[in-house]
This record gives sequence, C-alpha cells and structure tokens, in this order.
Amino acid sequence: MVEVNLWSGLRKLADGQLVVSVQAATLREMLAALIAAHPGLQPVIKAGVSISVNGVIEADMSATVDPADEVFLIQRIKGG
Amino acid sequence: MAKDELKTGYRLIGTRPDRPDGLDKVTGRARYGADLSAPGMLHAAVVRSPHAHARIVKIDATKALALPGVKAVVTRADLPTGLTGEDWNLQENTLAGEVVLYDGHAVAAVAATTKFIAQEAAALVEVEYEILPHVTDVDLAMKLDAPVIRAGTADHSVPEGMSPNVVKYIEFGHGDMDAGFAAADLVREHTYKTEATHQGYIEPHACLGQLGGDGKGEMWVCTQGHWYIRKMCSAVLGLEAAQLRVTPSEIGGGFGGKTTIFMEPLALALSRKAGGKPVKLVMSRSEVLRATGPTASASMDVKLGLKKDGTMTAAKVMFRMQGGPYIGSSPVGEALSCALACYDVAAVQHEGYEVLANRPKAAAYRAPGSPMAAFAVESLLDEMCRELGLDPLDVRLKNAAREGTKASYGPTYNQIGLVESLEAAKAHPNYAVKLGPNQGRGVAAGFWFNHGGETSVSLAIGEDGTATVSVGTPDIGGSRASIALMTAETLGVGYDDVRVNVVETGALGVNEPTHGSRATFASGMAAVEAARQAIKTMCARAAAEWGIEPEAVEWRDGAAMPAGPNAGKFPPMTIAEIGATMGATGGPISGHHEVTAGGVGASFGAHVVDVEVDPETGRTTILRYLVVQDAGRAIHPAYVEGQYQGGAAQGIGWALNEEYVYGEDGRLQNPIFLDYRVPVASDLPMIDTVIVEVPNPGHPYGVRGVGETGITPPLPAVANAVAAATGARLRSLPLSPPKVLAAIKAGRHG
Amino acid sequence: MSKIHVTSTVNGDPVEFLADPRESLLDCLRDHLELTGSKEGCGTGDCGACSVQMDGVLVCSCLVLGVEAQGKKIDTIEGMAVGTDLHPLQRKFIEHAALQCGFCTPGILVAAKALLDEQPDPTEEQVRYWLAGNLCRCTGYDKIIRAVMDAAAEMRGAN
Repeated sequence: MVEVNLWSGLRKLADGQLVVSVQAATLREMLAALIAAHPGLQPVIKAGVSISVNGVIEADMSATVDPADEVFLIQRIKGG
Repeated sequence: MAKDELKTGYRLIGTRPDRPDGLDKVTGRARYGADLSAPGMLHAAVVRSPHAHARIVKIDATKALALPGVKAVVTRADLPTGLTGEDWNLQENTLAGEVVLYDGHAVAAVAATTKFIAQEAAALVEVEYEILPHVTDVDLAMKLDAPVIRAGTADHSVPEGMSPNVVKYIEFGHGDMDAGFAAADLVREHTYKTEATHQGYIEPHACLGQLGGDGKGEMWVCTQGHWYIRKMCSAVLGLEAAQLRVTPSEIGGGFGGKTTIFMEPLALALSRKAGGKPVKLVMSRSEVLRATGPTASASMDVKLGLKKDGTMTAAKVMFRMQGGPYIGSSPVGEALSCALACYDVAAVQHEGYEVLANRPKAAAYRAPGSPMAAFAVESLLDEMCRELGLDPLDVRLKNAAREGTKASYGPTYNQIGLVESLEAAKAHPNYAVKLGPNQGRGVAAGFWFNHGGETSVSLAIGEDGTATVSVGTPDIGGSRASIALMTAETLGVGYDDVRVNVVETGALGVNEPTHGSRATFASGMAAVEAARQAIKTMCARAAAEWGIEPEAVEWRDGAAMPAGPNAGKFPPMTIAEIGATMGATGGPISGHHEVTAGGVGASFGAHVVDVEVDPETGRTTILRYLVVQDAGRAIHPAYVEGQYQGGAAQGIGWALNEEYVYGEDGRLQNPIFLDYRVPVASDLPMIDTVIVEVPNPGHPYGVRGVGETGITPPLPAVANAVAAATGARLRSLPLSPPKVLAAIKAGRHG
Repeated sequence: MSKIHVTSTVNGDPVEFLADPRESLLDCLRDHLELTGSKEGCGTGDCGACSVQMDGVLVCSCLVLGVEAQGKKIDTIEGMAVGTDLHPLQRKFIEHAALQCGFCTPGILVAAKALLDEQPDPTEEQVRYWLAGNLCRCTGYDKIIRAVMDAAAEMRGAN
C-alpha cells in the first residue's frame, strides 16, 4: 500500500484523514485510487496538483510508486 | 533512467566557450519575432478597450472595412464557441466576448496592406460600451460590496459568504501552532504588500501568422514555448494542432511572460479571413504593458515566533493575490509553498486566497509567487532579528532547511544547497565591508522548485562525424551552448563538432516551454540520453565491422574501441569514420529521447546587499550586491552567472522602482518605459556572484535549474538594507524615493 | 499621403527609399532597407534598442523621421563589422558573455561605439551613465560594462 500524504486543507474531503493508503503501482493508479476512496478529492486533483516522490516533484503519471516511497500532494507549481 | 555517479574533472563541462548564437546577435543578423517578412504580407492592428470594466453593446466595423487596403476584421464572433476552463479563459482574453475586463482588453483586430492603414482602420472600428464599476486592488476586490468581475467563477474551495471575486482558497500546514507560538520569546505579525510588475522583456510580442481555409497554418513567433502556442491557438481557433506549424524566432527575453498566448490567434484568424495571406502582428510597448501578463499584486500577513537564540518556533502566513479576471492566473499556491521553504520550523500554517480584479491576465514571472512571499517572510524575520540583536545570516543558518528536513509544504528534502549558500555568503568579503553613514546591509534567502516537464530531443550523426541536436526549448539564456557542452562531453568530441538547433513543432515530439528553469536541465538530460543511444548504435556498427559482440565494444574519446584485450586487436573507429560509412552499415545514425523529466533539483540562494539612502531625497543607491546560489553543476559558468545577475537586477527593480499604477478610472497610468522604470546601467554596481555546487543526483551531470531563484531574495534583501540604513521599515514595495522619504520623516514605519 | 523620396548613405552604401512622412527612421531601416538589426523595444526613445549614429551622433532612430535621413550618413549595427572582422566591442561582448537574449545588444554596441569614438578612456561610471539610455533586462549590465571597458583598453593599446 502506498501512503499518500495530503495537505491539511484536504482533510475535510478525505474523511478527516491526512494520510490515505491506497493500492497502486503508478502515480496514475494512485490518483485514481485516491478519488475512488474519497470522491470529494476529485475536483482538487482535476484542478491540478503537484506530486512529490521522495522529495522530488514527479510529473510523469506513468512513473512507478512503491510502498517505501514518501509521497506528498502539494500545490501545483508552474514556472516562469 | 540510470543515475550516474557524479564525478568532477570533466573535459568540457564547466568551461566557457563562445555561445553559438553570439556572432548572429552581435552583428544584428539574429532574427527575432518582428524581423521576418513574407511576400504579400498584411499588417494587423488591435482595437482595445479604454475601460477597465464595461459591457460591449455593439461593435460596428463597417467604416473600417470600407477603408481601401483593409482586408479583414475579426471579433469574438469569428471564433468558435463551446470552450471551457482555461481554454475559455484564453479565448476570452484573446478577444472579449460580452464584457471587457481590463484597460487594454482586445475587442477586435484589423488586417490591412500597410501598418498605417491598419492603424487608421482600427480607429474606425466603432465600439459602444456600457461602463461598469471596476476594482483593481486585491483587498478591495475581496469586500462584499466590491464590483463583481464574473459571478460563478469560484471553485469548490472557497468558503461560504465571500465576495464572488474570491475564486480560490488554499490551506495547508502541520504542527501545533499554539504550542509553537507559546514556545517563542518573541512573536510579531505584520502585513506586507507588493504591487504588480511586468517581466519587462525589451522585445514586444510579435508574430507572423498564416492560416488557410483548409485549417493548415504556420506561425513565426517569439515565444518561450512554441508547442504551447500551437496548443493554445488551436484551442482558441478550433484547429487541429498538427496542422499548425509553429517556428520559434530568437526571443528577446521572456521571463515567463512569453509562455502563453496574447494576440497570436488574432494573426491567424485575420489571415484566414483575408484569404490565407500572411499577417504580421507586433505589439507596441504600451500594449505589452497594458495587455500581456504582468505578475500578481499581493497583500500578505505574516506571523513568526522566535526564541531569543533565533530558533523559529512557529510561522503563519496568509496571502491574498489577484492575477486579473480569470481563475488560476495568480501564483498564490506557489507563493505559499515557497514562503517558508527555506526553514525547518515545527509548526507552520499557510492560507491563501486568489481574487479576481479588473487587471490583465497575469502570466508567470520568474519563480512566480516566490519573490512576493520572500518579501513578506524575510522582511519580518529581519525585523525580529534586529529586535533580538541577532545576525541575520546566523539566524538563517540556525533554521536552514537541509537534507532530511521536512519542508514547509510537506515532503522531506533530499540534497539541497541552502546551508552551503548561506555559509558562502557569510564568508564573502562583501559581508565584512565596513559601512558608512546612511548605509545599511540586508540579507535574504530564496528558493525555487524548478521543473522537469515534457521533453523531446533528437540527435543525428553527420557524414563527417559531427552531430546535430534538435531541441524544443527556445534559447533565452545560453542553453544551446550548455546543451552542446553536455552533448560533446558525452560523445567525446569537440564543442564545435556539435550544433544545437531549436526546431519547429513539426520536427520533434512535444516540448514544454523554456520555463521553470528547465531548458539546460531537461533538454540537456534528453540530449545526453540521445547521445548515449547514438553511441550504442555506433558501437554496434564497429562491432559488426570487427565481427565481435556489441557488448565487447566501448566508446571512448569520440571513438569505438574494443572493450578489453580479449575483445580483439582492432584500431579505434572514430565517429567520423563511422559517420562516413553509415549508409552502408545499417543506415543513418540518430538518437532520440522523449521523457517527462523527473529528478528535478531545487535551487536555493542567499543574497547580500549594501545600500546608501539619501536622507534628503529618499533615493536608494545599491553600493554592493552579492548573489550566492546553488547551481548543482554549472555547465557554462558564464551563463549561470548571467542568470544570477539578471535575476538580481529584476528583483532590485521590483524592490526600488517598478509598479503598476492604476488611476481612479482603472486605467494603467504608466504603460511606457519612461514611467515604468526598470533598472538602467547607472542604477547598478557590478554584481558579485558565487556559484555553489551541490550536485543534483537526478541529472547525469548534476544540473539544477538556476534561472528563477535569483529574483526572489532581492525584494526583501533591499528592503532590509533600506531599513538598516534609515531605521525606517517599509512594508510595501516599491521603495520609491517619496515613500522612503516619507517613512524617514515619519520616524520609523511605512 | 504621398511618399517622399529619400537618398542617404547607410553603412557606407548609397541608398534610396520612399518614406511615408509619418515613418520613423527605424521603420525605414527595417521595412525599406531590410536592416532589421536595429530593434523597436518601445517606440518612445526610452529603451535605446533602435540606436544608430546619424552623421556621427548617437540617436534613437524611433525618434527620427525617415525623411530626416535625407543627405545624411547613417551607421547601424550592420556596419560595425568589416567583412568577417568584428569590431573589438563585438568580439569582447562574445568573449565576456555580455549578452543573453541579445535583443538590446545591437543598440548597446552602437551606443558603446559612439562613446569610445568620443572618449576612448572612460571610467566605469562614465560607461554606465552613457549606456543609461539602453535598457537590458537579461544581464544586469555587469558583463556588458566589463566588455566595453575591455574593448576600450584593447583599442587604446592598438593605437
């Protein structure tokens, strides 16, 4: 199970949880599993989030994710 | 992708050869957006709203169309309907639909045989407006009685009972805030404000577009990202993306402001309506300032708790930002994520609002959101350091984020270079210079995430063994030179044996723009992979020639050779020899790499500035400026220094002079360079730089993007220096002479 | 509005063109003579990207009317190099990495040349104030100033 850390503002959309465990092998599967577990997260994820895996922001949704990885959802970052 | 063991002692990496486009640029040969013309070309002019907020009652182009030489007029009625989300925002911003939302908002465009006829025709387009009340200030726009920009824009996040202009609410944090503040010996809170500024690139937006009735089109345009131009123009105009070929010109600066579209679809729409003739559209400077994408203005509350020894125990920030009249344009999320990113604080709380206002649609500007956030947090931290009598660099070192620190925005940092940057700043001779009367020193730290993103690169070996690299990231700061260095290093050939070209959308897979400090990082990484692929192919060709297994061939110093004595005794086959025979040995040799680049390394920096403030005029002179920043690995040190110095100069301008000034009527008062005052050569001293290298393990050569972080520390560093010099703490930018003088006279605070 | 026939000398060559009386010299150089090295950054004489020399005097060509070029000698960026021989300023700019996007570079080179024509041994402050009319947004001016001072030194040494 991958442990996904949500930011505190999402707590109310995830039944009060800050960390959600999901079954997933890739980031895409992970996001889908999050939405399946907590449908209230869907508009947030659809609007765009950035995902940090072990301290590095990963944009490729086909990237694999492992139960040992530290995964955080954070505000979407765009550059200039 | 395998992560290389990072070594030192490269042959080419870290050297300073001439940039490949240098000759073109010093002779005036280089071609920018407005420098290309086509036979039969028409010229375009845009009709823009003189009102900050108004309903469009009627547009009558009869007189304009009757003018001899006018070939087409387009309005929103010529564009497809049914768009949603950001596509709708872009279309609405290209040509207003029912309502104009800011001074300068485009309502129509005209194409004619000459520039003068186009301008005359634009003046003949009659637009009837019903003026509506407007609001341009972010705090005023949040009030319940503020004029409403567009009801129903707010997303799911906004709490009940707020003005419809509040469209986004963000909240995140961790730790026990009450315990954190209780543990502090000193708690202070203040509000800080920054005004909108423009990226200020010297080249106005310009394009040459051609679109036929069959939906096939071409465009020459100055842009940071021609695939974005293609995607956005296709969405706005209802085109198939593959049928639109976009070629990037050399670009005269971007800094984020040229990562999106403003008027490009107009050239194509006019061309189509005029029977497919090419249309040239060049913005004037006042159009650029009024109607492209400045950055957001911000009103920010910060509360910090410090122990007497400088330990930060708790931090709370609340930011309000406006990025114009559409949701998603302000960098409030990024600003919040950057605000406390430099520090290891147990209890942090972030809140932010995005607010609509009758101002142009904000675009990215160099580390979007980070400079404003740094101004607020680094100013308050400095105020508290002074109150506690502590050295500001020591306090930053004490609280600095390092490998293993939990970031303010959540994840755990891996290798980062903040401590190294702070230590280098402290050890620099600038930090020891004795100051005189009316002089003060300010320091600040800064951070930017950097970005990877979609990258496609292709490499081809020529018949003479020289290599051509095709990249999709326009070269703003010297990336062609850096990519050539990395490619040549990998191939084992000379720097001049590699030519890097920025190619059009038809020639490569999708590429994200040159933004997020990603060009040298991502295109470089992909070029290295493409070179490795070509090397593999060349080794296989040599192996076939020698009748041995490909695994028994290695590549060294630009040639294939047997991997060991057991492989056989064969003289090396050089890249030139392999290139010369490739047609007969299996075909042309290329390598390519497509990736959404990961492995991005953040870049931290620390700046030190000394100023002198004239107590009679309030004018601030920069005496000394030091930029220290972590580059991971400086591929071409001169271009890394250039990014540091350029970012510092923009930050200094933002701190001292630059601001958007709106009148009571909601119109921009200073849309020319005379009144929108950017730094000139006589405003600045030499800018000292120190390149720190904490290699990024995610890149084959350790590269971290460097382009953006440098604009962040100057805002607070200069404000801190002015406070030190005058005793007057200003909490709003810019620190223009009248404001500084008033603060000095008032005795302390402004 | 009928056009006016203008004859002039540009970079040493005799030229002629038809100018709308409203056109700037910058427009004429770029649109009629295909000399696109001079750039429009602002159209109001604030940025210096259009700098040329007119009878040896440094001007913003966006503030000069095309018809004013009649009978005058105009020198633009395209005339700085002689064949493949770059002017020392041009060489030093490349050597010092004194350009990034390069858009301001033609104007700055013309302005710097005009300075060194008049004052071959300027101080750093003199160079900075002379170039205050040429905006650069990319470099922070540091490497530009170093390049100009170095070129000036080389040119003095050569004499």
